[in-house]
Amino acid sequence: MIEFAGSLLLNLAYFAAFLAVTSLVVFPFYYAVLSSADRGEDRTGAGLFWNIMFWLVVVLICLIAIFPFYYAILTSLETGTAIFRVNYLPESFDLRNYESVLGGRSFVRSVLNSVFIAATTVIFALFLAVTASYALARVRFRGRGLLLMTILAVSMFPQIAVLSGLFELINWLGIYNTPWALILSYTIFTLPFTVWVLTTFMRDLPVEIEEAAIVDGATPWVIISKVFLPLLWPALVTTGLLAFIGAWNEFLFALTFTVDETKRTVPVAIALLSGASEQEIPWGPIMAASVIVTVPLIVLVLVFQRKIVAGLTAGGVKG
Amino acid sequence: MANIQLRNVTKSYGSVTVIKGIDLEIRRGEFMVFVGPSGCGKSTLLRLISGLESISTGDLYFDGERVNNVIPSKRGIAMVFQSYALYPHMNVYENMAFGMKLGGAGKGELDQRVRQSAKLLQIDHLLDRLPKQLSGGQRQRVAIGRAITRDPRVFLFDEPLSNLDAALRVATRLEIAKLHHDMRDVTMIYVTHDQVEAMTLADRICVLRDGRVEQVGTPTELYERPDNIFVAGFIGSPKMNFLEGEFAAAQGCSTLGVRSEHIDIVPQGAGMWTGTVVHAEDLGSDNYLFVDIGAKEPIIVRQPGKVTIPEGATISLQPRPGMLYRFDDTGRPVQAPLAAE
Repeated sequence: MIEFAGSLLLNLAYFAAFLAVTSLVVFPFYYAVLSSADRGEDRTGAGLFWNIMFWLVVVLICLIAIFPFYYAILTSLETGTAIFRVNYLPESFDLRNYESVLGGRSFVRSVLNSVFIAATTVIFALFLAVTASYALARVRFRGRGLLLMTILAVSMFPQIAVLSGLFELINWLGIYNTPWALILSYTIFTLPFTVWVLTTFMRDLPVEIEEAAIVDGATPWVIISKVFLPLLWPALVTTGLLAFIGAWNEFLFALTFTVDETKRTVPVAIALLSGASEQEIPWGPIMAASVIVTVPLIVLVLVFQRKIVAGLTAGGVKG
Repeated sequence: MANIQLRNVTKSYGSVTVIKGIDLEIRRGEFMVFVGPSGCGKSTLLRLISGLESISTGDLYFDGERVNNVIPSKRGIAMVFQSYALYPHMNVYENMAFGMKLGGAGKGELDQRVRQSAKLLQIDHLLDRLPKQLSGGQRQRVAIGRAITRDPRVFLFDEPLSNLDAALRVATRLEIAKLHHDMRDVTMIYVTHDQVEAMTLADRICVLRDGRVEQVGTPTELYERPDNIFVAGFIGSPKMNFLEGEFAAAQGCSTLGVRSEHIDIVPQGAGMWTGTVVHAEDLGSDNYLFVDIGAKEPIIVRQPGKVTIPEGATISLQPRPGMLYRFDDTGRPVQAPLAAE
């Protein structure tokens, strides 16, 4: 009991430290953005100072965000003892790690598993979330606020808390050690977030458009599919992408609900990569594998970023 | 094409009653305008007729058929919204065709109807555009076009002009009047808070206040024979002058109303009232003189032509005989003849 209280305190302390550091970094940034927006092109001393601060913080944030990935790429291109020398600039260009990963017994299979599971999760989650959020945003019924709050509360459960219950459920459904076990659990964990985001978006769509469709004789399903869905594309892309990333990176469920090597997803496959001996951790291949699975995500984000066009609803109603 | 009857219709949201029992008959092919201050329930009433809101108690009949529980698309209505409510991702053609397509109309018939109504509203060159590529006036025309295409029995307008600028508003108003002329047997119901729109468009006006009908009648009836003080003050611009206290008591009523165009400037001392000009508004064709005669507010006197009376001048005013509106303390017109005359 005392141990538990201790770890709880420790957790709180971590969280507080995280908040403190974040606000230390974010606040100057926020202030700099505000003041540079205020001053515009003004070349006063203070304006210049905050401009410099702004860019300094931008660089800092980029460094913090990008450095780990950059270092992973560097390491993935090194072999042997070179891996353990600390260097910040590329020194060797050696693709042997990539060869060993891709030539491994089931890595490619794991990637395909991950793609299938993540994509199916996204499809299920979006379908359920779009229909649910239409009801939550547009249909007046008793207990709607309570339902929304419950959905939000569900998303706060730590994964480990529901793991055993979910395991029972999956066994009962007879989908243990199949992709469907992961699809089910990922959908469960993605839905609260997806529903909330889509509900907010759906609420902001003009009511008159829906009413015009009702007068035109549209059923709720037609309203969702023919009228709202085209307007919700930006939100769907964003939430879909986040659901995809969540499913793609998830580790705990993937480790628990699969046994066979051929059923694993990428994070588990990476974690279970083994070296020549038990003592050796194969850092090179691990880094190569990490780079291989991260690149598709970055590409996805870059591609869809262009699709996230703001103001798609412009013109339908006034303004 | 429909005769609409409302029998003791009410609408409540929880414990708040917005529409407090309305009996109204809207005749076939009539242009009926609901007018009233904001919050009077005129838009709610329109939405009850459209079916977008359900009626709490009372009955609604279209051509004698009770339609309380009929869904909007089956009532044969078309609605034009204040904010246009076009589908942003569809071009003008698709916007206009959407309703008919859902209704299962054949391609040829649909195409013909869309092009016909586009032509009527002179938007046939815009059919490929998206709503965001149109100006406000064009958008509102598309919204009207979308409504026409459905060939409705009843046309509902919910403040369709209030998002347009003044010049466009007048032009579109004319167009709606023309539309009513062309579609003689379609019943039109139009909601506005602008009494000028109401006066110019309506066959009959229904003045609403606080969820109740104050008066129904032709524009002339409402203007010349208001049923109560509220209608008298609401219809007409500038607002009718209201005098209380001794001014009213002299005419045997508690509130005396007189329209600004029914007051003449007479030689000094010859008028019923005397006062000083505190302000003058020159509208070009008319002048509004604000004259302080000792009542609570200055009264407005409308004079055609150029003003020749400077501010600060003392003038004598005489209301035209028979043009005085007398109301008792409940706001109803006083029926008894004027004792003094």
